[in-house]
Amino acid sequence: MTAFWRRAGWQTRAAMLVLVALALGALLVPALASASPTAIGDALALRLLPPLSVDTAHHFHLLGTDAFGRDLFVRAMLAGRLSLAVGIAGSVLAGAVGIAIGAIGGWEGGVLDRIAMGAGDVLLAIPRLVILLVCAALWPPGATMVITILVLTGWMGVARLVRGEVRGLRARPFIESAQAMGASPTRVLWKHVLPNAIAPAIVAMALGVGSAVLLESGLSFLGLGIQPPSPSWGNMIADGRELIVLAPWIALAPGLALILTVLSCTLLGDALRDRLAGDELETMRARS
Amino acid sequence: MRSIVRQLAVSLALFWVVLTLTFVLIRAAPGDPVSFLAPPTATAPELARLRASLDLDAPLVVQYGRWARDILEGDLGTSFVARRPVTRVLGDAIPISLWLGSISLLLTFVIGVVVGGVQGARRGTHLDSALTLVTTTVYAAPSFWLALSLIALFTYGAARLGLPPWLRLPAFGVRDPAGGSGIAELVRHAVLPVLTLTLIGAAGIARYARTSAVELLQLQWVRTAVAKGAPARAVHAKHVLANALPTLLILFALALPGVLAGSVFVETVFGWPGVGRLMVSSIFARDYPVVVGATVVYAAIVILANLAADLALPLVDPRRRV
Repeated sequence: MTAFWRRAGWQTRAAMLVLVALALGALLVPALASASPTAIGDALALRLLPPLSVDTAHHFHLLGTDAFGRDLFVRAMLAGRLSLAVGIAGSVLAGAVGIAIGAIGGWEGGVLDRIAMGAGDVLLAIPRLVILLVCAALWPPGATMVITILVLTGWMGVARLVRGEVRGLRARPFIESAQAMGASPTRVLWKHVLPNAIAPAIVAMALGVGSAVLLESGLSFLGLGIQPPSPSWGNMIADGRELIVLAPWIALAPGLALILTVLSCTLLGDALRDRLAGDELETMRARS
Repeated sequence: MRSIVRQLAVSLALFWVVLTLTFVLIRAAPGDPVSFLAPPTATAPELARLRASLDLDAPLVVQYGRWARDILEGDLGTSFVARRPVTRVLGDAIPISLWLGSISLLLTFVIGVVVGGVQGARRGTHLDSALTLVTTTVYAAPSFWLALSLIALFTYGAARLGLPPWLRLPAFGVRDPAGGSGIAELVRHAVLPVLTLTLIGAAGIARYARTSAVELLQLQWVRTAVAKGAPARAVHAKHVLANALPTLLILFALALPGVLAGSVFVETVFGWPGVGRLMVSSIFARDYPVVVGATVVYAAIVILANLAADLALPLVDPRRRV
């Protein structure tokens, strides 16, 4: 990790710092804030304050307040808890499923491999958003639901990458020698194949966090994801939609946190890819 | 020739599997469409009659059989809400979406490839890093957020900044209710949605195009031409572009799903009565046949685009002819 930091450019360092700051902010700010981000106080005095304003009680509002007088910065940080958790869980779990399917399929081949790759082709033929929309609409919405469908629709890219790597490794001399020395197939796969096949999957997962956060916010924006009163960046933007002409900061402020997150994940993923190599277009296609 | 037939067959099979999957998914979900359609005062026999009239009381296998037969006859069922054939409902929405989507797709592709190409040719310069920062940031923004910020800029912002009246752009619908149809009105309403879709799409494509341009410029014969002293313009036109066609085809196939997915949000935010908005409103109304219909349209477009790219690749790249 320190080696990665030392060799990283300023953009990558900034991306890592932003992600750490956002995570800390999401954890700490709602707990330390003077007013609760969900409770409604003196709505008439506090509502629709623009960014950088000070209210009658001398509280400073960095991003302004919404139609109920709640501070948007504190709310955006609270929303970050759910949005970041869903994004990371969705991408990492999808990556884990993808690695398992890709590794087993690439190693064993045969019918199972064909079924898994066929299923992947089918899922890739429908835009991911459409599957997400249909599923999110049919089952009761919520964070668990969003993570589940992110995993169900997100494993294919990683599976393909890992499968390709594993198939390429299968005939390499050091694998054969491990087998010849009597290592069990599980041990060979776990100790010799996976460590050499996993690099592109890690890149895809880092980039995947960004797209998972984006998809979650999209679903929540449409009212099919995380439901109010729990704030998520998507449903906060939806909250501000009605007032976009009068008080545009309500919709736009949470988007800044969202864009910073996705941008940082993308920069970090790009930097990881440059370090870990791997075919560029393949990785990009795997994530879209 | 055999490979073409094979690809066609695979695409058709894929399409059928997608259709079946949608059917199963929709029927497996909890929630009864009848409870949404009937007024709360409806009696049990009335509900049963409604269910029977919508063909929801038959066993699942029978429903699938009937549904498959209807699809093969080009019948996607009747919308629960509009009470009109789904093909008609979609037929109204598709041209409106295509209008928006094709203009955006074209602009996305042209702008994306030009920006990415320039970046690739000027790799490592300040221009390159500045453009990378711009494209990566825009690419990170959700389309609905970008749409809302453009609305804010051209309504709230236009009023505050004192922009001229022609720059106060309409934020909703395809024409003003107070009259005014004409093509000018439609274009005025299309500016913001097209701008949103193009920004998002072009940012993504520029990122791919830059990578491809860098790879193309490092090809041996390109470097040879440069080393022999050929002018940069001639090298780019003759050696790079000739080898870029297959890459451009792949990029085009990659651009399409992005514009499609973006259109769901953009149409919803801007009240553009196309397939994307139809899909979202049908989901909320539990109008199953329309949801299936819209999914079918999206899947068909993606499968067709990939098939077209696969079939066209050997035409533009002799190395892929077997």
